Amino acid sequence: MCPAPSPTPEPDPPATGQNVTSGAAVHDLTKRFGPVQALGGVTLDFPGGQVTALMGENGAGKSTLLKILTGDHQPTGGRITLEGQPLTLESPARARAAGIRIIPQEPEIIPYVSVAENVYAGALPTSAGRRLDRTELRRRVTADLDRLGFTGVLDPDLLGSQLTPAQRQLVEIMRAVTGEAKVVAFDEPTSSLSEHEVDALFRLIRRLRDQGTAVIYVSHRMQEIFQLADRIAVLRDGNLVGVQDARSTSVDELVRLMVGRDLSTMFTRRRADRGRLVLDVKDLTTEDVRNVNLQMHAGEVVGLAGLVGAGRSELALALAGDRPVLSGTVTLDGQRLRHGRPGEVIRAGLGLAPEERKAQALFLHRSIRDNSSLVVLERLRRLRFVSRAAERKLVQQYADRLRVRAPSIEHEVRKLSGGNQQKVVLARWLARKPKVLILDEPTRGIDVGAKAEIYQIIADLAEEGVALLVISSELPELLGLADRVVVMQNGRVTGELGHEDATEEAVLSLAMADDIAGVTPAGASS
Amino acid sequence: MTTITPQATKDAPPGQGAVGGSRTLLSFVGGQNLSLIGALAVVLALFGILNENYLSVSNMQVIAEAATITGLLAVVQTVVIICGGLDISVGSQVGVASVVSAMVFTSTGDNALLGVAVAVGVGVLVGVLNGLVIVYGRVNPTIATLAGLAAYKGLAQLLSDGRAQGYVLNDDIFVFLGRGKVAGIPAMVWILIAVAVAVHLLLTRTDIGRNIYAIGGNDTAARLAGININKYLVAVYALIGVVAAIAGILLTARTGSGQPTSGSEGLELKAITAAALGGCALRGGKGGIGGTLLAVALLGCLENGLTVEGINSFWQNVAQGALLVIAVVIQQRRSGERAVGLPT
Repeated sequence: MCPAPSPTPEPDPPATGQNVTSGAAVHDLTKRFGPVQALGGVTLDFPGGQVTALMGENGAGKSTLLKILTGDHQPTGGRITLEGQPLTLESPARARAAGIRIIPQEPEIIPYVSVAENVYAGALPTSAGRRLDRTELRRRVTADLDRLGFTGVLDPDLLGSQLTPAQRQLVEIMRAVTGEAKVVAFDEPTSSLSEHEVDALFRLIRRLRDQGTAVIYVSHRMQEIFQLADRIAVLRDGNLVGVQDARSTSVDELVRLMVGRDLSTMFTRRRADRGRLVLDVKDLTTEDVRNVNLQMHAGEVVGLAGLVGAGRSELALALAGDRPVLSGTVTLDGQRLRHGRPGEVIRAGLGLAPEERKAQALFLHRSIRDNSSLVVLERLRRLRFVSRAAERKLVQQYADRLRVRAPSIEHEVRKLSGGNQQKVVLARWLARKPKVLILDEPTRGIDVGAKAEIYQIIADLAEEGVALLVISSELPELLGLADRVVVMQNGRVTGELGHEDATEEAVLSLAMADDIAGVTPAGASS
Repeated sequence: MTTITPQATKDAPPGQGAVGGSRTLLSFVGGQNLSLIGALAVVLALFGILNENYLSVSNMQVIAEAATITGLLAVVQTVVIICGGLDISVGSQVGVASVVSAMVFTSTGDNALLGVAVAVGVGVLVGVLNGLVIVYGRVNPTIATLAGLAAYKGLAQLLSDGRAQGYVLNDDIFVFLGRGKVAGIPAMVWILIAVAVAVHLLLTRTDIGRNIYAIGGNDTAARLAGININKYLVAVYALIGVVAAIAGILLTARTGSGQPTSGSEGLELKAITAAALGGCALRGGKGGIGGTLLAVALLGCLENGLTVEGINSFWQNVAQGALLVIAVVIQQRRSGERAVGLPT
């Protein structure tokens, strides 16, 4: 059963044999989270003096790989080498000391201290008696700024709270490259940067590369990858599916590598005629989504696709009344919803099973009964007193229907598996009998058996006339379930595909529409 | 097929007794509070051996009367802690209510009912003010009520000129509240029992109670389930105001006059300690009235025992502070969270 990685007696030769003594490499690296195999034996090198781009769909294993390299996660199996020497990274501090650095997506900045102290936080220069040596601190930071070419862009005396998003990023970069950095990883670094700032960042990355540093660059943006990368490694479902030379590959080739997975797992359901219009979203604009138009009909399953950060979950929360709406309208079965009122939205007939079920939906220390009955209590009470008998009967009914596996409905939710927890969230909304149900990543982190059950529940609900909006980063799942797929990027809807036209390639093209448009294969080299 | 057997649903949750009566009692007490009962037994046995009068009926009545005001505040403190908040201004609220009840009584020609009504009214106002500051000022509950602790104490002192005010023991209602007995049990203890039962029913049997647990357990999830968190918080702080006012009226009845600070200072510490000892998770979402009342009894018996044995009251303060820390440390250990970052 458990494909325990057998430690290979001989080290695998890394994918490209050049210059094995500089940079880092991973050999047959595996990582499991409970039942989920996040990495299934990846062998890849990150040679010094090159930019290696990591690509892949959401959940392909890019972040896991980075987190193992930075000591945040411990691998289940496999080896890591740095400059040809084996290395164990039991903690982030160890990885840092070894010279492996990462620039995280969201910079961690201490708000009320200076840039200089932010850069050297944890390793501030001190003179006798542990007094902060401000002169030395200043000298070091000025030298760093000069070396990295940031002089004039970043004033070392600014406070953390005064920095622009780009400057925050620069502080993280300075932290990463102070001391001796042998491997520097960038995780989607450009998402908060302007074009001008991106240019500066790219100059820095090239300089790091030319100094012999191994650069790892994770991004969804094709255009950037073709500008920067020397090699492009593509991950899919935790496995390395190819390492391409950036000069000879193409967008099409990369997309094919990213999606080309076994489609036999696809779920299909009988498609009914669409019913009456139940949800009508017109020009909805919030802080995170722009001018979204969406119509949903009774008995219809609409898939919402897009990459991480495209604004899908933000749209779901806005529809549930939990985000301030700047403009636009949401009409549910003829009733115009006021924003900022989740209770009113629920009474109108819309339910949301949010993305993070533990953080956003469940009360982990309460029972299945308490968790399931929360939004139907007002139907179970008389003079404010909840009828326990009626409550038990109702919860039992839905627990049975959804096959929640637990000793009893009094069982605490935190003791359930992920799949059963998800079913408890579904039971809550099923009991409410909504007209529209939004399911944000309903199958994330749950085992295959429970997934199949949840697909069946979705199909049954559609059969009963519920309009379902399903958000999923697993494209085959989405394509199998949905009658049509709406694709988002950067907070906007970039297209809609009917069931017949919705292929993985088509969806992914729309999900990366902005970036692909800017790439000409001829200018592919850096 | 589902593995929830019909039998399992009929049975009580694991850990509860099989016999009907004791099961109800246990569910009121809460199974995990058996250790509190144990501690209470140890305290009673210890002081009972040291002093033969300790376990007498009259001393038990003294303990019960002394613990009543703390008990009232601990009950409502439990509610606000379950809801994810905290109220450290309760002691000062008691002082305000005590002064107001006595002064209104005196100035209206000894109208006890009016004194009680105005004190409760002021309690509601103070509670609502706390709630509004927290909800609309977005002030952390600890800070907001710390400000209240100072401000309401000052208010009580201003109203009373810093002195005890009025004399109420010429009135039958106040005499009954302070000294009366029903079925051999002091009237004020009956009031505590009534409030405790009402709040217990509110928490466990109504949708309001469920929503309070939900807000404290996971405020994001509660919001997404359509619960109006702001409304609930203001209402909970108003409830505290009402019950603190009742406690203030009882303080007036017991001492015979309106007390701005004497008898109410430090009650917030006792109330919070009782709630924490009683099993309330200070981050919210967990706790119950049964455990809190047991902890009130434990604290009351301990305090009385130490006094009877002639232990310096300064030491009692040390003991109380230590108990609060110990209660929270035990909670944190039990919760089994990763010991990193700032404790919540």
